[in-house]
Amino acid sequence: MFRNQYDTDVTTWSPAGRLFQVEYAMEAVKQGSAAIGLRSKTHVVLACVNKANSDLSSHQKKIFKVDDHIGVAIAGLTADGRVLSRYMRSECINYSYTYESPLPVGRLVVQLADKAQVCTQRSWKRPYGVGLLVAGLDESGAHLYYNCPSGNYFEYQAFAIGSRSQAAKTYLERRFENFMGSSREDLIKDALIATRETLQGEKLTSSICTIAVVGVGEAFHILDQETVQQLIDAFEIVREEESPPAQPQPTAEPAAQASGADQAATTEQGDVAPMDI
Amino acid sequence: MTKQHANWSPYDNNGGSCVAIAGADYCVIAADTRMSTGYNILTREYSKISKLSIVHSALQMHDKCVMASSGFQADVKALQKNLSARHLIYQHQHNKQMSCPAMAQLLSNTLYYKRFFPYYSFNVLGGLDNEGKGCVFTYDAVGSYERVGYSSQGSGSTLIMPFLDNQLKSPSPLLLPAQDAVTPLSESEAVDLVKTVFASATERDIYTGDKLEIVILNASGIRREYLELRKD
Amino acid sequence: MRLLTELLGTPTEADLGVKGTTYQSQLPELRLKEKKSRSSLLLSIQETSSIMGSVAESQRTLYPYVTGSSVVAIKYKDGILMAADMGGSYGSTLRYKSIERLKPIGKHSLLGASGEISDFQEILRYLDELILYDNMWDDGNSLGPKEVHNYLTRVMYNRRNKFNPLWNSLVLGGVKNGQKYLGMVNMIGINFEDNHVATGLGNHLARPILRDEWNENLTFEEGVKLLEKCMRVLLYRDRSAVNKIQISKITEEGATVYPPFSLKTYWEFSAFRNPAAGAAGSW
Repeated sequence: MFRNQYDTDVTTWSPAGRLFQVEYAMEAVKQGSAAIGLRSKTHVVLACVNKANSDLSSHQKKIFKVDDHIGVAIAGLTADGRVLSRYMRSECINYSYTYESPLPVGRLVVQLADKAQVCTQRSWKRPYGVGLLVAGLDESGAHLYYNCPSGNYFEYQAFAIGSRSQAAKTYLERRFENFMGSSREDLIKDALIATRETLQGEKLTSSICTIAVVGVGEAFHILDQETVQQLIDAFEIVREEESPPAQPQPTAEPAAQASGADQAATTEQGDVAPMDI
Repeated sequence: MTKQHANWSPYDNNGGSCVAIAGADYCVIAADTRMSTGYNILTREYSKISKLSIVHSALQMHDKCVMASSGFQADVKALQKNLSARHLIYQHQHNKQMSCPAMAQLLSNTLYYKRFFPYYSFNVLGGLDNEGKGCVFTYDAVGSYERVGYSSQGSGSTLIMPFLDNQLKSPSPLLLPAQDAVTPLSESEAVDLVKTVFASATERDIYTGDKLEIVILNASGIRREYLELRKD
Repeated sequence: MRLLTELLGTPTEADLGVKGTTYQSQLPELRLKEKKSRSSLLLSIQETSSIMGSVAESQRTLYPYVTGSSVVAIKYKDGILMAADMGGSYGSTLRYKSIERLKPIGKHSLLGASGEISDFQEILRYLDELILYDNMWDDGNSLGPKEVHNYLTRVMYNRRNKFNPLWNSLVLGGVKNGQKYLGMVNMIGINFEDNHVATGLGNHLARPILRDEWNENLTFEEGVKLLEKCMRVLLYRDRSAVNKIQISKITEEGATVYPPFSLKTYWEFSAFRNPAAGAAGSW
C-alpha cells in the first residue's frame, strides 16, 4: 500500500524535493465533488455539485457564507472545510468589531493560506484535506481565490476543483475572456453549464447543485432550490438526449476511497506533478 | 504636584430617553438623538437605536427586533457591538434571525455577565414575537428583565412612564389569569402618543431633546420616522 | 502583535464565543509583558509591602502630568480642518511651548489630541504600528478615517476597562473615497461623529460659535477664519491656551499641517488693563 518511504509524515522530504503527505492532501481535494467559481467585475458566483453518500442520506453542505461580503465553496474533506470556514467567520467578526468595516478578501485568504502552511511544517499535524474557492467583494472589487492544502493560494477569473473538474475548467477556459463584463445572470448561467460539464451526462437538476452569489449591492447568499430550478429551466441547460455520454463512467473504486472524502467517485488516478494544484 | 482632579471615574451618563410600545401586530420603539455630558451637549444627532446586526452597507438588518439604549454611551456601544456579533454567529449557526424573545434573554445574560462591573446602560428591546405580536422587554443595568406592553428608560423615564401608565391603562399585574399586556392602540395612535410623550419630556428634562427617532416594526417590515424636538 | 493586547480588554470584548483564534492563544503572555512594562513606566503606587502587593499592582491612580488644551475641528467643502495650540501645561505652569498635537495618520486621516501629552505620543506609536502593518499587506486596501477612529475607540475603551486610561480626548478627521469623516473619542471611550467637534474648554467656548456659523459649504478660507475665531476666543478665556497655533487640513489629496502662527489680539480694553477697577477692596 505504501507508495514509498518518504510519505509517512508531512515533514519528510523525498529526494526529489516533494512532500508526499501534502500531495496526498491535494489528492483528497480531487476526490471531493466538484466546486466551481467565476467572477465578473461586480459579481462572483459559486457553484457546487451535491452528491449524497447513499440513497438514504442527504448530501453535505459545500458552500458556506463567511460574512456579508465573503463566501466559500469547498471540495475535499467537508469536515476540514467546516473548521476552516468557522475560522474565516471569526476572523471577519473580529475585524469588523475593531474597524466596523469588512475584512478585505485578499487578507483573509492569506491568513487562511498561512494556517494551511503551518500544517505542512509540523510533524504532529496533518494538512487540511480541503480546497476552498473563496468568493468575495471588497473596495478593490470582486475576487475569486483558490486555497490549496499546501498553503498555496491563487487568484482566478474562473476556476473549478474537485472530481471531474477538468471538464468544467475546459468550458471556463473557452469562455473566461468574456466574464469580466458579464451580467450576474450570465455568470450564473455559465456556472450552471460548467457544473453540468462535470456531471458527465447525468441530468442537471436543482437537487444536485447549489449556487451562491455575492456582488455589488448583494450580500453573499445561497440561491434557494426553486430559483435554481427556474434558472436551469429558463436557460434550457437541461441536456438534450443528443449524443450519448462519451464514456460510460468507470465505477467508483470501492476500497481506495479515502474515508471521509466527500462522496464523489474517483476518476483519474494519474500521477500528479509535484506541487501542482 | 498636588492632586487637582477628582477621583477618575470609568463611567459617565450621557442621558437620553427611550420608549417602546407594543400593539397587537406592531411595535414602536423611539429615542431622542441628544448626547450630553454634564451640562454640555456633545452631539445632537446620535442614534440610540440599534438594529442588532453588523451593518456595513445597509445590506441586512434585524427586522424582528431593535434595541434602544441610554446611559453611558461607551458601554452602550460595546453592548450593541457584542449583541450584533453574537447575533451574526447565531445566524451562521441557525440560518435564521434570532427571535425577539431569544434576543431578550441574550441581552439579559450579556448584562448579567458584567454584574460586578456593569454596563451602565438602560435598555428597552422592542419587536415582534414568534406569533407576530408586538413585544417589549424592559431591563435594568444588570440584566433583570420583564416582558411588558410598553416601557420607558433613561433620563426622561420618570416623566414619561407615568404618562404612559395613565394613557395606556395597562391591566393590573395582580390579575389572574394574566391579561394580555399589549396596548389597545392602533399603530398610528401609538406613534402619535410617542411623539407627544417626547415633546413633553423635552420640556422638563435637559438630557432629552434635539430630535426624535421612531422605528416602527410590523408585518410589512421596518419603518423609520423622525421628529424635531426642542434644542434648548 | 502588541496592538492586539490593546484591543482585547475584558474577556467579554473579544471572546464572543469564537474560540481558537490566533489571538487567544497568544494573549496571556503578551498581557503579562504589557503589565510589567506598564507598571514600571507609570507613576502610581508600586508594590510597597507584600500584603499590599496585589492591590498596589492593580492600582493606577492617574492624573495627567503635561497636558494640551482644546482641539477644534470642522468639516468644510473639501475635507476637514483642525486647529490646536502648541502649549503643554504642567498643572498651571506653561511647561512646553512647541508641542505638536495635530498629526497625519496614514494616507486618509488626521489626529488631534488634548490631554496627557505622553499618552498621546504613545497612541501615535500604536497608530504607526497599525498603519505599518496595514501598508505591509501592500494589496491596495488601506484603513480610512472610519477604521482608525473605530480602532482608537476600542483602544480607549479597553484601557478604561482596565482602569488604566489614556488621558486624552482625541479628534479624528479624514477623507476617503469622497467621504468626509469627523469623530471624537475620550478617555473613557465615549465616541461620536459630528460636523464640528471641540475638546476640553472648546466644547464650552468654541462649539456655540460653530453651531451658529458653521455650514457644509465653507471654503478653505472661510473655514480657517472660523477656526481662528474659535481659537481667539479660547486664547482670551482659556488660561492654558497659548498664542502659537497650528492649523491642519486633510482632503482627498492628503494631509497638510501648516506652520505655527500667532493670532492678532487686542488687550487694550479698559477691563483688561485694570481688571480690578470698580471691585472695591480688591488689589
